[in-house]
Amino acid sequence: MRKACVNMVHELARKDPRVVFIGSDLSPGLLEEMKTEMPERHYMEGVTEANVIGMAAGMAMDGYMPYVNTIATFITRRCYEQVALDLCLHDLPVRMIGNGGGVVYAPLGPTHLAVEDIAIMRALPNMAVTAVADAEEMVRLMDASLDWPHPIYIRLGKGGDPIVSKAENGFEIGKGIVMRKAEINDHALLISCGVMTCRALQAAELLSEKGIDCEVMHIHTIKPLDEELILERAGKARNVYTIEEHTIVGGLGSAVAELLAEEIGPGMPAFKKIGLPDSFAKNYGVQDDLLDLNGLQPPHIAATVEKSMFKAKVA
Amino acid sequence: MTAAAESSKTIVLDKRSLDLRRLIVRGLEGGDRGHVGASMSLVEILRVLYDGILRQDPGRPDAPERDRCILSKGHGCLALYAILSDRGYFPVEELDRFCHADGILGGHPEYGKVPGVEASTGALGHGLSIGVGMALAARMQNRDSRVFIVMGDGEINEGSVWEAALCAGKHRLSNLCAIVDYNKIQSAGFTSEIQDLEPLLDKWTSFGFATLEVNGHDVGALQEVFSRLPIDSGKPTALICHTVKGKGIPFAEGDPKWHHHSYFEPEVLDEMYQAVGGRA
Repeated sequence: MRKACVNMVHELARKDPRVVFIGSDLSPGLLEEMKTEMPERHYMEGVTEANVIGMAAGMAMDGYMPYVNTIATFITRRCYEQVALDLCLHDLPVRMIGNGGGVVYAPLGPTHLAVEDIAIMRALPNMAVTAVADAEEMVRLMDASLDWPHPIYIRLGKGGDPIVSKAENGFEIGKGIVMRKAEINDHALLISCGVMTCRALQAAELLSEKGIDCEVMHIHTIKPLDEELILERAGKARNVYTIEEHTIVGGLGSAVAELLAEEIGPGMPAFKKIGLPDSFAKNYGVQDDLLDLNGLQPPHIAATVEKSMFKAKVA
Repeated sequence: MTAAAESSKTIVLDKRSLDLRRLIVRGLEGGDRGHVGASMSLVEILRVLYDGILRQDPGRPDAPERDRCILSKGHGCLALYAILSDRGYFPVEELDRFCHADGILGGHPEYGKVPGVEASTGALGHGLSIGVGMALAARMQNRDSRVFIVMGDGEINEGSVWEAALCAGKHRLSNLCAIVDYNKIQSAGFTSEIQDLEPLLDKWTSFGFATLEVNGHDVGALQEVFSRLPIDSGKPTALICHTVKGKGIPFAEGDPKWHHHSYFEPEVLDEMYQAVGGRA
C-alpha cells in the first residue's frame, strides 16, 4: 500500500504540475526516479514535521499540491497545530501520508503506534480522513485526490495486505462501499475501515457458517462520512458493529455512534464498537500479534458479534 | 549594547510614523483592547516595507508576481492593519470595528478575510515555514517574488522557527528575508530573563543566513538595508531590528505590562492620542 501510494505521487506529478513530494527523513532512495526526473518537485527534508507542514502550506498557497510523507504518529501528533492552522484553517490541498497507521509499528512500541490518528484528524474542520483497504484502492484514492480541494489525511497500512477492494465498486472520497450484502433483514451490519475491512469480510464468512447473516460496509473515508449510506443500511440492520484498528475513542466507531444516536435516536439498532482499548500498548510483537491480543482478528470479531448480538436490545 | 539598539531608544518619530500610530490607537479604541507594545514596535519595519520595498498593488492583492509579507507575530496585527488601510487595501473605518463581531479585523490577522494578509497567524512560530514554502514555490515557478517574514523575539523561542531556519539555510533561499522585531520584551517580561536569545545574530548566521542588525525605528536605515537584499546571493537574510516595545507611547515604552491591554480608561486613550499628535 505504501509503495503504491508513493509511486502514485510520482505518477500524479507526471500528469499534474501542481504535485510536489515532501518527505521528512524517510528511507534512502525513496522516489529516486522522481527525484531524477523532476528534482525541483522532490523534497527530502530533515526530522522537522512542523516545518514540512508549514512549508507545504506555503507552497499550496501559491498553487501547488504537496504530498507530505512521514510516519503516521509524527505527521499527526507532532505537528498538530501546523496541521490545524496552516492546512485546515487555510483549507489548502495538502495531502498528509502517514506511514504505519494503527499498530503496524508494533515492534517499535507506543511511540510509533498511530492509534488515535483518525480521532485527532477527524476533529479538524476541512480535513478529509481516509483509510483504504489495500494497495489497489490506494491507487484509486490517489487518483481521486487530485480533484479534492481540501486537506486529506491518508492513513497507510503495512503493505502486502490482501486485495479485497474491487474496481467495479468505483471510488469517491466521502462515499462508503457495501462490500457484502446481507440476504435477510434483521442482519448484523459490520462497518469497517482500512485493513480491518478484510478482517470484517472474513468474520462475516465465519458468522455465515453459523447462520448469522452479515453485511459489510467499507468506509474508506471516515470524514466526510457517508451518512446517507450508513443511515440507509443501518436502518435495516438489527445490530451495527464498527471495526477499526484504532482506539475506540473518537474514530470510525465514534463517528458512526454519533450519527446513529443523533439521526435515529430511540429505535436505533444495537451498536458496538470493536477496536483498540483506550490505553497505550503493553506488548510488542508484530501487527498481527497486537490485533490478536486486542480481539481484532476475524475469529475474535466473529465471536464478539455472535456473543453480543443476541443480547442486544432490540427496538 | 550595539549602536543600533542604543539609537532605537532615542530616535524621534516623523509625521508618517505618528500618523500610522494614530491608526493603531484608533484600532485600540475601536476594540477597547489590543497588543499595544507589540504593535508599536513594528510600525517602521512595516511602513518601510509597504511604502516602497514590497512589490505589491493594493488593487490586486492576489497578483501572483507580488512580493509576500507574512506577519508571523500575528498579535502585532494592529500595525499591519494600520499600514494596509493607509495604503488602501481596505477602508480605515474598519479599524473602528477591530475585534467586533461584524468586523473583518480580528485580534490576529486572517487570510481570506483581510485583503493584503498573506497568512493567518497568531499561534507563534508558523510564519517562517510558510514563508519557506512560498519562497520555494517562487523558485519552482521562476518568479522573482520575495518573501518577508516578520517575527517577534518571544516568538522565536518556538522550536518550529529553528526547524524552518535550518530548511531555509539548506535551500539557500536568497528570496527570503526573516525579520526579527527585537524589542527585548516578551509577554512574561524581558527576554534576557525569560529566554535569553543572545548571541542572536550569531544564531541566525550559524543557521546559514546572511545577517544584519539595524535600528528598527530608523526609516532611512531600514530603507537602505531592504534595498540591498539579498545581502548574499546564496543565502536567506535575517534582519535583526532593534526596537522599543511600545515605541511612541511614552508610558508604554519598555514596559512589559503594556504587551496587551484591555478596557482603556478615557484618559489613557487621550494620552495615547496626545503622544501620536492628537486625534486628527
